[in-house]
Amino acid sequence: MTAPLLTVRGVKTFYGNIMALKGVDLDVNEGEIVTLIGANGAGKSTLMMTTFGNPRAREGSIVFDGRDITHMPTHEIAKLRIAQSPEGRRIFSRMSVLENLQMGATVAGADNFTDDLARVGKLFPLLEKRMHQRGGTLSGGEQQMLAIARALMGRPRLLLLDEPSLGLAPMLAKQIFRAIRELNERDRLTVFLVEQNAFHALKLAHRGYVIVNGEITLAGSGRELLERPEVRAAYLEGGRR
Amino acid sequence: MNIQASGTNRRISLPLAAALKDAIFSALIAFGLFVFLIGLHTDQGPTGALVVTTRLPQLAMLVGAVFAGSLARALIFGREPIGLGRGLPPWLMRIAQHAGRLAGPALLVFALLVPVLFYHNRYLLDLGILVLTYVMLGWGLNIVVGLAGLLDLGYVAFYAVGAYSYALLAQNFGLSFWICLPLAGILAAFWGVLLGFPVLRLRGDYLAIVTLAFGEIIRLVLLNWQSFTGGPNGIASIPRPSFFGLPFNDEEGGFAATFGLEFSPTHRIVFLFYLILALALVTNWVAKRMRRLPVGRAWEAMREDEIACRSLGINTTNTKLTAFAMGAMFGGFAGAFFATRQGFISPESFAFGESALVLAIVVLGGMGSQIGVAVAALAMLGGFELYREFEHYRMLVFGFAMVTIMIWRPRGLVATREPSLYLATHKPAVSPVKQGLK
Repeated sequence: MTAPLLTVRGVKTFYGNIMALKGVDLDVNEGEIVTLIGANGAGKSTLMMTTFGNPRAREGSIVFDGRDITHMPTHEIAKLRIAQSPEGRRIFSRMSVLENLQMGATVAGADNFTDDLARVGKLFPLLEKRMHQRGGTLSGGEQQMLAIARALMGRPRLLLLDEPSLGLAPMLAKQIFRAIRELNERDRLTVFLVEQNAFHALKLAHRGYVIVNGEITLAGSGRELLERPEVRAAYLEGGRR
Repeated sequence: MNIQASGTNRRISLPLAAALKDAIFSALIAFGLFVFLIGLHTDQGPTGALVVTTRLPQLAMLVGAVFAGSLARALIFGREPIGLGRGLPPWLMRIAQHAGRLAGPALLVFALLVPVLFYHNRYLLDLGILVLTYVMLGWGLNIVVGLAGLLDLGYVAFYAVGAYSYALLAQNFGLSFWICLPLAGILAAFWGVLLGFPVLRLRGDYLAIVTLAFGEIIRLVLLNWQSFTGGPNGIASIPRPSFFGLPFNDEEGGFAATFGLEFSPTHRIVFLFYLILALALVTNWVAKRMRRLPVGRAWEAMREDEIACRSLGINTTNTKLTAFAMGAMFGGFAGAFFATRQGFISPESFAFGESALVLAIVVLGGMGSQIGVAVAALAMLGGFELYREFEHYRMLVFGFAMVTIMIWRPRGLVATREPSLYLATHKPAVSPVKQGLK
């Protein structure tokens, strides 16, 4: 088996004196959708942000495609074609949708811009109608689509998604998950997905990890995790079958 | 901005009783504020002791004005924010919007014609030069504050660096204005980068404080480095600019003699006017172009969200430093111009008040808007001049105008932001590079 695209080993991240990640091990293989589920404050987003060097891991190592990125500056990490749709979307609200996408293409350069724009437009037809609208005037769901679309404009090898379904109507969340699956199946895009919506995430993912208080407690295929009683009890109680 | 058509129909005014209550409340606050400030006045009595006199009529007038204003506000706008658009019919707003589009070219044509129209009015020409200097400073600071979103309260420092660079280079090495101008810009940009480094991690209020201190440091160094800068005495007899080597004097080989004109000191003034106009337009042109280049786009994106920028692969360190350097460079150009125009500079010209004025112009104009800055500079400096005779009330009127504009247009005179990129057609079939060159 080839080496994973992303390897996280023994990563410890601190906020001041508080240890948010207590030695996390995790792999993402090329072409996989890997999901990380956990409760609020378990360290999901912290792990995602640590991968991007913000905050930096105090211990452990993060290796992407054979390169140690643990101590790289964030923008250098982005240049290795890791893209992120961050928590809270963080779109450029006073800039137009098109300009947002243009900023997303910083890493990919101008050559592929037209093609990529068409590709993203096909994936999220809603965005196409709003190209010249200011980002801040979009609805929450559209903003989420924009955040993902912006990340895709960088032609990523690894896409990090932080709670793409947060605050979205079930219909829209479904649409987003469908888009993620499409990207993975058609373009073989590797996706690392952080979610609270455990049911959907595990159904979508090839493999999953469960994080509790900064530690990985369970790992396995999506289907396996879905059937684990402790996962069901903790994250799917009252969820759909 | 959007036309608030619904606002004209919707009833938002308060009933008379509630409006009266509001007005009385405001009047009471005004009374509490002004009873000591205005109502009581101390004078030196005949024996030399202080005597308290009352100024009840003035106090009554002020309180009355507040009462009337508050009542009018409550009756027209209710408790909602005062909106200009609400009071105006939609067709008037549409006309205003069309006029707004023509404002830029109209202002430019007017500026070009000023020396022709007011050739014999030295005072107006001087005022024009002053306004244009501040337009240029405003456009320069607009890069830092408006585009990159870095609040800079020490912009005058770069103005000073530019002015002293020119003055010292010209005096000590006899270099001409046209050689010193780029040098002054480069030196100012260098200081911009120097300021940029320590403040890389600061934002907002913290950045503002450090830049404020930086401005003061530069001023104090200029004031105390006697042997180099002349200290508080400043630098006098700075060489005046020449018309491509032809000096503006009444001698043989001067500008007037060469072109067979009768010598007039106005020639130089007109030349200075067109010089600063050209410099300001260059600033405007560069700033506008920059917005469409990757670095300019990165500035704007950084203003919106720094973390998102970094995770998209933008080096925010470089982005910030280039913003500081570009802004500072234009401040330096303006400073060199200031030095050659005045012929005399001293640290007094570079006090904090100047930074505040330029920043006020940028904020008032609408951060990031080029035309807004020009209009704001014209309004502010023109306003200052209008009220020169009522010296005492100048700041009062100025403050009042600022508050009024901030109520009506909280995002500045021109708040809309033009995107720097459009699709040529509805189909996404255009390259960003091509668009950028449009």
